[in-house]
Amino acid sequence: MSEIPSEPKIRIENLTKIFGAQSKDALKLLQSGASKDEILEKTGCGVGVANANFTVDSGEIVVVMGLSGSGKSTLVRCINRLIEPTAGKVFIDNQDITALSMNELRRVRLTKLGMVFQNFALFPHRTVCQNTEYGLEIQKVDPAKRREKAVTALEQVGLKGWEDYYPHNLSGGMQQRVGLARALALDPDILLMDEAFSALDPLIRSDMQDELISLQESMRKTILFISHDLDEALKIGDRIVLMKDGAVVQTGTAEQILTNPANEYVERFVENVDITKVLTAESVMIKPKAVVFLSAHGPKSALRFMQKQGLSQIFVHDEKHKVIGYVTADMASDAVKRGETELHHIMQTEFVSVSPDTPAADLIPIMANLPYPLPVVGPNGKLRGVIIRGSLLAALAERGRNNNA
Amino acid sequence: MPRIPIGATIEAFIDFLVSNFSFLTIAFTRVMEKVISFLEAGLLFLPPWLFIVIAAGLAFWLTKKRGIALFTLFGLLLIWNMGLWVATVSTITLVLIATLTALCIGVPIGIIAALNTGINKVVQPILDVMQTMPAFVYLIPAIPFFGLGKVAAIFATVIFSMPPAIRLTCLGIQQVPRELVECADAFGSNKWQKLFKLQLPLATPTIMAGVNQTVMLALSMVVIAAMIGARGLGGEVWRAIQRLQMGSGFEAGLGIVVVAIILDRVLQQVGTKKR
Repeated sequence: MSEIPSEPKIRIENLTKIFGAQSKDALKLLQSGASKDEILEKTGCGVGVANANFTVDSGEIVVVMGLSGSGKSTLVRCINRLIEPTAGKVFIDNQDITALSMNELRRVRLTKLGMVFQNFALFPHRTVCQNTEYGLEIQKVDPAKRREKAVTALEQVGLKGWEDYYPHNLSGGMQQRVGLARALALDPDILLMDEAFSALDPLIRSDMQDELISLQESMRKTILFISHDLDEALKIGDRIVLMKDGAVVQTGTAEQILTNPANEYVERFVENVDITKVLTAESVMIKPKAVVFLSAHGPKSALRFMQKQGLSQIFVHDEKHKVIGYVTADMASDAVKRGETELHHIMQTEFVSVSPDTPAADLIPIMANLPYPLPVVGPNGKLRGVIIRGSLLAALAERGRNNNA
Repeated sequence: MPRIPIGATIEAFIDFLVSNFSFLTIAFTRVMEKVISFLEAGLLFLPPWLFIVIAAGLAFWLTKKRGIALFTLFGLLLIWNMGLWVATVSTITLVLIATLTALCIGVPIGIIAALNTGINKVVQPILDVMQTMPAFVYLIPAIPFFGLGKVAAIFATVIFSMPPAIRLTCLGIQQVPRELVECADAFGSNKWQKLFKLQLPLATPTIMAGVNQTVMLALSMVVIAAMIGARGLGGEVWRAIQRLQMGSGFEAGLGIVVVAIILDRVLQQVGTKKR
């Protein structure tokens, strides 16, 4: 796709939806800063979405996240105008969706916006293939061609061979794959996924999340994903939009939201997150205090470095700064006593290492049996940092304190 | 306190319609009478045994149930045996025409009422009146417009049997899950595509229940309509009442029951035959 990178795919400006007869009065109250409860009391109107602003870039997965009743499903329906917004604008590719006529809107829905629903919304009287073809059928694509496209889409989601079954023959996870295929068959730029995986069992849900992530690597669609599950949001979202009472509370990456919550609500929201799943080796490692080079140093200088820094072990690099082994203080002092001058005679070349994006949860069992610091090694073989038990615990404790503050 | 002239007003209104438009309805009656007698003659042209075999075969083909086919076969043979064949064919013809007319009017009204809340609010109370008004009342205005006879009977029957077709069509469409309707919208369907690709197929079992109800009501009304000259099985019952002939009244009643059971079972199977 050849888009100007600075132009967001979807831009939402002051989007507001108020349900009820006196929505105009309610809108005025809202703009003067009244809360959702006050508006309900004074006008009897419910605020679905209140002045939401955010953008979604092309090829990005943005997860809109909030508890039930926070307006996230209303918000996504305002984007394709299944629900008419009360005020504000929605731009897709710089085109104001809220200003379109019904016919123009149908074209945009057909060509740009695929939607996946929480309870799958498959048509029970149509086969898997006919369901997948639905959007193409509406576009009056010729039957042979739409069958071909539908079969390709079904293959993409791993449902080859199920074309002529009916939805009730399929398990929940498979039904939602059909839902996804139906959206993909149209090859839309944007996928709106409304709690798409929420009705699935935890294990299937996790599989579907993985599959979406891997599909996205090849598709590069713009995905707006609605979820009430923070773990899901953290897993699949490039960015997260957090909503409360119809308003956007915070927008940012998973790390930003976890480590720098905008207010008390976000803090409370994220406090139950298993921090060890979000933190990576990179974020808990520390810089090694000293290293030795195979070509430049001998046992004596290695021992001196260790004594100076209070280390019991030191990593050895080759001339290209790759880690090739380690030496302990005991080994070094023995070697010095024996008069050994070459490090490679005493160096241990067998050691455990982890990559920078290893989740902290995986580090704990590795660390448990390791007498020495755990090296974090980048893909080029260079030492990025080390994890000592103290630094891991400190990092976890600190994030924990942030959350409870 | 002065009496509110509801009855007088209605009468004046009907009189006005009769004196200004009855030439149209009477002309229509003449045409319809020809159509009805042509249809009846057509059905009677077949020898009864052939008709009965075809009906049983049709019942089997529609329901795939041997029991229903056998019941059709022996039921109709019994009617033939009781000497009620001509009356039965006449009744079936009336039910057929009345039901088709009621469905042709009722189903579209049901669809419109389901999709438009404003119209629904108007239609519902009218249906309430139609269903609670004693069936005999429809017979009175039918006579000045259509004269005594089968057309007047069909008119009264259509009005009496239409409400379930409207109500159940409306209900069936309203019962299509909201998420599915949203989904059809989200994929850019227009009103007609939504109606024919989603709402009507999903509403079909409910609509068929309405069709079943309409047929049953038409059958019961055709008997009442014998009072204004509908003849048929109802006419046999009516004559038996007037002459206090318990035996022939019971036989004619049995004939109606047999026809009702056949129609009901066949239509139920057609309605519920879904994947």
